Amino acid sequence: MRIVVAMSGGVDSSVAAALLADQGHDVIGLSMQLYDQSEGQTSFGSCCTLDDLYDARRVAAAINIPHYILNFEKQFDEQVVSNFVREYASGRTPLPCAHCNSDLKFATLVERARGFGADAVATGHYARVARDPTTGRHTLKRGVDSSKDQSYFLFSLTQNQLARAVFPVGDRAKDAVRDYARAKQLPVADKPDSQEICFIPNDDYASFVSKHAPEVSRDGVIVDEEGRVLGGHGGVHRFTIGQRKGLGLQGSPTGAPLYVIALNPVDSQVVVGPKASLERTTLTASGVNWVIREPASPVHAAAQIRHRHQAAAATIRSLGDGKAEVVFATPQIAVTPGQAVVFYEGDSVLGGGWID
Amino acid sequence: MRVYFDYNATTPLSPESADAVARATRETFGNASSVHHFGQQAKASLDIARSAVGELIHADPSEIIFTSGGTESDNFAIRGVAEASEALGRKHLIASAIEHEAVLNTFRALARRGWKTTLLAVDHTGVVSPDRLREAITDDTAVVSVMHANNEIGTIQPIAELSSIAHAHGALMHTDAVQSAGKIPVDVAALGVDLLSLSAHKFNGPKGAGVLWSKRGIRIQPILTGGKHERNRRAGTENVPAIAGLGVAAQLARGKMTSEGERVAALRDRLERGIVANVPGTAVNGGGSPRVPNTTNISFDRVEAESVLIALDLEGVAVSTGSACSSGTLEPSHVLKAMGLPVHRTQNSLRFSLGMFSTEQEVDFVVGVLPRIVEKLRGLTRKTAQL
Repeated sequence: MRIVVAMSGGVDSSVAAALLADQGHDVIGLSMQLYDQSEGQTSFGSCCTLDDLYDARRVAAAINIPHYILNFEKQFDEQVVSNFVREYASGRTPLPCAHCNSDLKFATLVERARGFGADAVATGHYARVARDPTTGRHTLKRGVDSSKDQSYFLFSLTQNQLARAVFPVGDRAKDAVRDYARAKQLPVADKPDSQEICFIPNDDYASFVSKHAPEVSRDGVIVDEEGRVLGGHGGVHRFTIGQRKGLGLQGSPTGAPLYVIALNPVDSQVVVGPKASLERTTLTASGVNWVIREPASPVHAAAQIRHRHQAAAATIRSLGDGKAEVVFATPQIAVTPGQAVVFYEGDSVLGGGWID
Repeated sequence: MRVYFDYNATTPLSPESADAVARATRETFGNASSVHHFGQQAKASLDIARSAVGELIHADPSEIIFTSGGTESDNFAIRGVAEASEALGRKHLIASAIEHEAVLNTFRALARRGWKTTLLAVDHTGVVSPDRLREAITDDTAVVSVMHANNEIGTIQPIAELSSIAHAHGALMHTDAVQSAGKIPVDVAALGVDLLSLSAHKFNGPKGAGVLWSKRGIRIQPILTGGKHERNRRAGTENVPAIAGLGVAAQLARGKMTSEGERVAALRDRLERGIVANVPGTAVNGGGSPRVPNTTNISFDRVEAESVLIALDLEGVAVSTGSACSSGTLEPSHVLKAMGLPVHRTQNSLRFSLGMFSTEQEVDFVVGVLPRIVEKLRGLTRKTAQL
């Protein structure tokens, strides 16, 4: 089968490509150039020289598959970056990787892949897809390596998208993936894992947002729950729900640590309070994607509200119209608008949506 | 089947040229500047190549300076003349808007250092009008640099006419003949130029060898300084094997230029006709102008050229989008843009360039696979647009 592998130059997608090639598939490596990577090196050209693209190319050569770089700068900007900036500007904390997966990798890239005669797109995600032989429907499952599981970022894939998705490393542990890379002498075998958001230089997302939406860099005040002003700040986009560090406060009136509990972009206010104020037992979500099927009655499942969150028991009720209500059995800390809530039954993703 | 239709990027070596390179690599290792037997052998190799290149471009061998290739030759011509003209108060440089990056980026570099630069527009057929040069040139112009044939669309520029305008204002005339040398007759006297760049690997010679022809007595400074190589004009130990290959390539190209030109032009025309007839929504760029015989540039409506290129490669057909970088930028082709073509044509064009080993069978293969590829890609784009 001809399969396109989205190669980022990291070890996971490199091993994904190598595994598929080993299995005898006709593998085509594609790397997406997603943003202008010339920042900071303007005197020399921006393309073809970047480390990750170079690594992807070296891996492709090592496993003897063709490799191409596709320019998706425009699509990435429209589908991922602009949403990212808009979300921060509205006091939310976006999850760009999930948008990139469902709106770019398993949308635009799949379409390109089909143009090249490939019916599937593989990535280096730690997740699994299983097809139910009786219903013909596809299930998205957590990766075997629970510490690396990335199913959370894939919840918005539709049945059509899952049918074309291949996750070759999903049934392996990260260590095994690295071992495989070493055994195959892939040049990226010992390359460190990428961290944080790929298009944000130095993980400084606040500067990125300020640069792309200067209007959000509005100074404002930090207030407590009673509205008392405790300090100032340089824009609500610099904060996220649950944040404790970097508030720049001299100390709370009570001496207890203070956390960001709400963001109010209209008044440019950051509301802080004690940890207890971060607790929520309910949330609603929009843009819900039901991977298996929309439940007719409330379901008991585990709901995960951010990447590094232990999914917690909850009752989930579809409100129709792409909306859902989640009621947790016990209060959860820092339910953050803009992040995803993903519903699991065991290892399987039932669905998920965007926290309101 | 693997089809290579990207001869304007580079060409396969002719067996004769490859043999010359291999022989010189093994046997002629001496430093051409050395006094002894080994040096003399190397020097003799260079002189044989110099004569062959001289015959190819109808120039005196003593005016031929070997360089590392087209980019160095272009840099040498422009920077060398700019430096030598500075004292005369001539601080203006002119090129066409469709030059190769070797010229355009050299202009940008000099502009940052205070040189005034002007890029001449081309008309919609991809040709510089002499009137544009008449408007732009002043008595402060140091050099006018216009390519003989364009690398993306193949159009041939009216160099002789441009030269006489340049000379009337005391400016020197340089032409980048990288895409014409070896393909069509190049005669430095007939072109009236003072400087001419060419590169071996564009006409079945090896990479790493090129020429700057520099008319005797013109004002030019070396840009590589060091030893007294190339009559004190270009320092650095000569790449004798590559230059030997260049000489053989020049000799071969000259010998069969007419017959090979006619053969390749027939193939190119067959390819062009075949594509236009079988793929709806195509347009040939620069087709109405005199072109080098091997090049055609075609825009495809409603499909990403980048995708067509990859799909063709997966079918074994190598072509180019004409841009320098495989990762592309969303920048449309500067050549097609300078011709005033609309965005859908500037962003979605492919260059097919043929040469020595191209065959009719290959042309027919490409004409056979292309309609299916384009149709498939267009169908997918339509579907996505509907979602």
